[in-house]
Amino acid sequence: MFGKLILIELYKIFRKWRTYIGFIAIGVLLPIILTALYYEGSNYINFSMRALKGSFLVVGNLLNGYLVGYLILQALIIHIPFLIVLVGGDLMAGEATAGTYRMLAIRPVSRFKILTAKYLSGIMYIGILLLFLAFMSIGVGSIIFGTGELLVYSNKIYIFPASDVIWRFILSYIFAMLSMSTVFGLSFLFSSIVENAIGPIVATMALIIIFIILSALPIESLAWIKPYLFTNHMNGWMTFFADPVDWSEITESALVLGAHSVGLYLVSLILFLKKDILS
Amino acid sequence: MEDLIIKVEKLTKKFKNFTAVDDLHLNVHRGDIFGFLGPNGAGKSTTIRMLLTLVKPTAGDIQIFGENISSSRDNILRRIGAIVEKPDFYMYLSAYKNLEILGKLSGADTSKKKIMEQLGVVGLDKRANSKVKTFSHGMKQRLGLAQALLHDPELIILDEPTTGLDPQGMKEVRELIRELRDRGKTIFLSSHILREVELIANRMIIINKGKTLVEGTVDELLKSDTLDVIFEFADSIKASQIINESRFAGMVSSSEKNEITLKLLKDEIAEANKYFVAKDIDVLAISPRKSLEEYFLKITEQ
Repeated sequence: MFGKLILIELYKIFRKWRTYIGFIAIGVLLPIILTALYYEGSNYINFSMRALKGSFLVVGNLLNGYLVGYLILQALIIHIPFLIVLVGGDLMAGEATAGTYRMLAIRPVSRFKILTAKYLSGIMYIGILLLFLAFMSIGVGSIIFGTGELLVYSNKIYIFPASDVIWRFILSYIFAMLSMSTVFGLSFLFSSIVENAIGPIVATMALIIIFIILSALPIESLAWIKPYLFTNHMNGWMTFFADPVDWSEITESALVLGAHSVGLYLVSLILFLKKDILS
Repeated sequence: MEDLIIKVEKLTKKFKNFTAVDDLHLNVHRGDIFGFLGPNGAGKSTTIRMLLTLVKPTAGDIQIFGENISSSRDNILRRIGAIVEKPDFYMYLSAYKNLEILGKLSGADTSKKKIMEQLGVVGLDKRANSKVKTFSHGMKQRLGLAQALLHDPELIILDEPTTGLDPQGMKEVRELIRELRDRGKTIFLSSHILREVELIANRMIIINKGKTLVEGTVDELLKSDTLDVIFEFADSIKASQIINESRFAGMVSSSEKNEITLKLLKDEIAEANKYFVAKDIDVLAISPRKSLEEYFLKITEQ
């Protein structure tokens, strides 16, 4: 029955047009970025390598699918949460608005199963959206630009051999999945409290913006709170593109994000189990 | 097989300082069409929501099929079909898909044949693939009935099942309810259309402000009270004189044109008619105006 419930929830998610906003946004934006990189990508390479050009002779194809995948992940990952809350915020509140809460809750299926199936199907939606992002950036990028060494320019310049890149991308996307699950969990919690989908969407976005601002403020009295803000750990995926990889930092970030995800799910569950369905 | 299908004792629901249901008792027996009546805000919907576990009682006990609703929720709900207030569906899905989803969750046979058969019962088989957002309120109501019956439940809880239906549709629903009763189902029917309850229910309860006012068979409850009976006479002046000389003299409630209205017990109607005929007064028509509606108003206004 539980598998059937998840399939039903996935079916409902993918029959709503708002689900496709994220796919449409990525599907429209990425061809534009890929076209721009096709014509102006060499400028980026030249800019990144300007300090090294005097001392090193750079050969090979640095403007390749891996670089495109990295740049796009870096540019879009902070915007993906806004696409995810469109679905997360609607999952529970949408049922309340439509009045279908009671149609669901009078079935011989426990509230625990209903909520958990919704939560897991939402997580699956995130996975599918990120896979689409990976396909459109790394996959299409590799078809257009080919593959090769990955040039990463952060506080240092790293050049990873092609054979050393795929696992970094896989782990980065798994980490991104964890980050996005936390954002989703927040919107899901708000969604299980109210009876209108707009509220959870706006509240989650507002909270993310507040957390990002708090994370960025160079105020010492707020420093203690920063390690606990999940937004402070969302860029942890970038750690995989360093050498050596700082595993302790990644573990810490993953634990903070994981604790948030589990905590948000549990609070949603408790509220839903106690809720009088009056909609 | 248990005879008492629903047994509610001391049921209470408080929302902060407001008491929606207050120490309510009711019993529904197997095969009953049980009318559940009360004015707006009487606590009917809250009671139905508690029967279906949508709302948690503050106090009291609900037993359905002899089991406690809180400890045997899934077993009980598997045997219940319900419409709670207006039937709401996934508007972006077809009638067929809505039934399939809700049927699967209820453990029903969701084969195409079964779903189409059920849509046929409520006259929606030709609109099976139309999205529910294109349906009128009456069509949604019919679909609501279909989803409530798809898993062949023993107890059917219907909250205002004829709202939005045209007279023909209302008649069809009444016939469907009778047919379900004949098939051994128990029907718990909440309706504000009192005539509807009067026509099909065998037992009923009237509640107000969350409390039970009366409970019993429809016949018993109506019989226990006087009726306004309109007698139409060929000669109302002569009839009026005869009435004034009879024991019915103090029972006249109104007189208009050829019609005189008497307040009578149900058993007294035939007696009055015989009396008028014996006195050679032509009675053209007798119309008992006492209805459940009047009884309901009287009870709830007390």
